[in-house]
Amino acid sequence: MNNRKMNITNETTWRETTPGGVILDAGNAEDFKTGDWRAMRPVWYEDKCKHCLLCWVVCPDNSILVEDGKIKGFDYDHCKGCGVCTKQCKFGALDFVPEE
Amino acid sequence: MPNLKELSKKKVRLTGGHRMCAGCGAPMVVNWILKALDDDVRAVISNATGCLEVSTCLYPYTSWKDSWIHTAFENAAATISGAEAAFKAMKRKGHIDGKYKFIAFGGDGGTYDIGLQSLSGAMERGHDMLYVCYDNGAYMNTGIQRSSATPYGADTTTSPAGKVKPGKEQFRKDLTEIMVAHHLPYVAQTVPVIPGTPYMFDLYNKAEKAFSIEGPKFMNVLTPCPRGWRIDTATELEVVKLAVETCFWPLYEVENGVYKINYIPKEKKPITEWLKAQGRFKHLLKPENEHIVQKIQEEVDRRWERLLYLAGVK
Repeated sequence: MNNRKMNITNETTWRETTPGGVILDAGNAEDFKTGDWRAMRPVWYEDKCKHCLLCWVVCPDNSILVEDGKIKGFDYDHCKGCGVCTKQCKFGALDFVPEE
Repeated sequence: MPNLKELSKKKVRLTGGHRMCAGCGAPMVVNWILKALDDDVRAVISNATGCLEVSTCLYPYTSWKDSWIHTAFENAAATISGAEAAFKAMKRKGHIDGKYKFIAFGGDGGTYDIGLQSLSGAMERGHDMLYVCYDNGAYMNTGIQRSSATPYGADTTTSPAGKVKPGKEQFRKDLTEIMVAHHLPYVAQTVPVIPGTPYMFDLYNKAEKAFSIEGPKFMNVLTPCPRGWRIDTATELEVVKLAVETCFWPLYEVENGVYKINYIPKEKKPITEWLKAQGRFKHLLKPENEHIVQKIQEEVDRRWERLLYLAGVK
């Protein structure tokens, strides 16, 4: 886990919260997993992928991992299974299947 | 066309882990607005109350990597204009340096309705800021109540369609034109990034242009809401495409009073294409409501013809 300035848990009392409700760790929502929302799951076939990045373009949860201009896979910790990405693929590299 | 491989190397400014619904259009819009910033530019963002605000920042978590201010419904523009004025004063005194951009995000409720006066004030005062309205056509956050951006005939919880009423009975307010009337350096109307369309990068290009201009700028972005529009998440961008192809939502920009239409469909599709794709308009397709569809078509045509005239196309 990343180094965080704040450590707020369910046990934290109101006296220990940050004044004004300020959040000190920019982008710490990464620590919160939304992957368990999924009813449907996008599946990526690397062999068919042409790395056109059109799936990455539309992802509302930044859950398609790209490195050096190439798709590396899905961040299933945060992907909510909306399926918008699967509709963009022209090469059959993305499937959309029910979550088990 | 922007190079996607290069853009993918830009830093992510809105992280995953936010609690927007699956398939929400708002983070798509935010992602691409912020991609238009260079990596060495810091953004200062104020956010009007709405889905985007409450769902990206649930204490103790935030999805924003930039400075972000949680504001009330009515004053996102006022807050960011104050931050911008403070920045200028501090810069003058040598307390701060570096590149900053000031951005406000608001939904249609916080922009068309509740935040309109503070938006108008900030624009008139001429602050160097960009206001982005993600218009999904109702107060989706509180459970789909009609706003002045809700299209005619839409079924919402406060304009329910039934035996007596056919849904909302007023046409939507044309906020983009209200902002044009402020004589701003830049006003634009656009849609999220939709791959495979000639206007795929319209949003990105307009954001980039807006950031390159000093002064008050405004962008209005039609944003899909699967819950409120009663559509499937996976195919939501197809529905937005229909808004453009039927000329319900023309893509255009106004730079210093000069209109430019960015996309003119070869063949304008009938408004029924846009209506029948969404559950919120389902009742309009009944035979007894044919006159309402006709009325909507006439209004869409009238506004489109007016725009063509203003842009000097016709």
